[in-house]
Amino acid sequence: MLQIENLTKIYRGGKVAVEQLNLEIQQGEFIAFIGTSGSGKTTALRMINRMVEPSSGKMLLNGKDITKMNAVTLRRSIGYVIQQIGLMPHMTIRDNITLVPHLLKWSKEKKDETARRLIELVNLPPSYLDFYPSQLSGGQQQRIGVLRALAANQDIILMDEPFGALDPITRDTLQDLIKDIQLRLNKTIIFVTHDMDEAIKLADRIAIMHEGKLIQFDTPDNILANPANDFVKEFIGSHRLIQQKPNVKTVDEVMIKPISITIEKSIDEAIRLMVEKRVDTLFVTDGDNRLQGYLDVEGFTGARRTSKSISEVYETDVFYVKTGSKLQDSVRRILKRNLKNIPVVDEEHRLVGLVTRANIVDIVYDTIWGDEEPTAATREVAAGSAVIEELSLQ
Amino acid sequence: MITFFTENSSEILLKTWEHFYISMIALLLGVLFAVPLGILLSKTKLLSKIVLSITSVLQTVPSLALLAIMIPFFGVGKVPAVVALCIYSLLPILNNTFIGMHSVNENTKGAGIAMGMTNLQSIILVELPLAIPVIMSGIRLSAVYVISWATLASYIGAGGLGDFIFNGLNLYQTELILGGAIIVTLLALLADFILGKLEKIVTPKGLRLEGGRAS
Repeated sequence: MLQIENLTKIYRGGKVAVEQLNLEIQQGEFIAFIGTSGSGKTTALRMINRMVEPSSGKMLLNGKDITKMNAVTLRRSIGYVIQQIGLMPHMTIRDNITLVPHLLKWSKEKKDETARRLIELVNLPPSYLDFYPSQLSGGQQQRIGVLRALAANQDIILMDEPFGALDPITRDTLQDLIKDIQLRLNKTIIFVTHDMDEAIKLADRIAIMHEGKLIQFDTPDNILANPANDFVKEFIGSHRLIQQKPNVKTVDEVMIKPISITIEKSIDEAIRLMVEKRVDTLFVTDGDNRLQGYLDVEGFTGARRTSKSISEVYETDVFYVKTGSKLQDSVRRILKRNLKNIPVVDEEHRLVGLVTRANIVDIVYDTIWGDEEPTAATREVAAGSAVIEELSLQ
Repeated sequence: MITFFTENSSEILLKTWEHFYISMIALLLGVLFAVPLGILLSKTKLLSKIVLSITSVLQTVPSLALLAIMIPFFGVGKVPAVVALCIYSLLPILNNTFIGMHSVNENTKGAGIAMGMTNLQSIILVELPLAIPVIMSGIRLSAVYVISWATLASYIGAGGLGDFIFNGLNLYQTELILGGAIIVTLLALLADFILGKLEKIVTPKGLRLEGGRAS
């Protein structure tokens, strides 16, 4: 849907920001532009909605030449999310979300309906619509920033390091959210980042840029498997290359059988089960073994006197991964969120397994001593220590 | 002192009214002229330098001299006084409008443009609402200036509370000087108070909440 041909930007004074960029992006793709600062990734992005005018080259959006379109009309048809969020401080959240519909002169009813429908998409209560941006946290504000880019049914959304200013946990949550929205609404997203983890996690294809040139444009797996040159290799980092070795496991291979309890049981039964199985966390499921939440020993000992049934005390806010996920990703989550463990569910949301902190030890062990190739032994050890370093940093 | 107020009550009312409306017309004209000009200037760098330096120079002309300069053009009476006071009110309003428009966060402005606002929409929907508090404080400042300087307008026959003060000076009557000065001060304070209230009302709610977070 978007073709970029020989796109070049030369700033006054002769600085070449983007040189001969050629890309073709399909409808529904999630593309990440990645590179160091000054690599031209943001300039390239901002040329798509003509916030920066290209010096030469062609961009075709659904067959129409972007450079010949009216810039104002063009921008109203392209969503845009920036790192600094940029909500209008004097407008309510409702007015912020429906800013582009307002410019397009939609009726009030249609705008209100859009705002109500969208705010549910990012798990915020409708009462927030009457708040002002200063009343929201940074993460909540950026959710609104994302909605603003969706409100007028824009097919294509540009994001300029949208989560760069957020703390790691909020960033992680918003990454999941945006990926989910993108798949659900079949949006095309072009995303600028300098965080390789973010790019690997979100993107269908990654465009690696360096000094204004496109170095490699491919799927994350292909880039990790065949880095185009030494720059790319260095950029993605040796520890990620090792993750990509055949020893990559999915959660299914290592998960253990979780101890679960159905929701209608009493608290006394839950405690008996914990004692019997020697665990401190029970996963709460419904009759069809679908994951509902969890119950941990600290959470309900105090509530035991006042409530009798599990349904009153269990925690619904539970993080999980789907079967078939890479083990590496799950472990990263455990570390980032400081979780004790992470349940695994299948397509129907049924609880099928559990990944625990013990798996971290396995991975470190595998990285250092598993997959031993005599010729590459020294490199492996060096890279292995990089992994440990990363783990301890987190 | 009290006899001054009781004996001249009808004249005091008349002069106060005169003083008030000379000042307000001058201020109103100043606002109508300076706010749009300030907005325009905030969009053109070169022009803004030239115009702002001209108005700064005008501001340094002694007020009495400026009033006198008006006489050859407009004669004596209320018209030259209003014109001179209007010129005086320009700079604070112009300056504050310019600064207010400039101090709007670049990212907020940029976001508006990126959403597809035209330049005019950006001014009306984003920049002006966010600059309003700064513009209003410029208008408040001008109002106080204009009311106190309107006293001098009495010299060129514009009337107002200056009449009491100059009569008092000529006749060595302290109560006339004091009485006039007190009323001018009260008028200035009152104008400042009312405009302060107005400033609160026109400041967008989202800006007044700054700092307070919900839950």
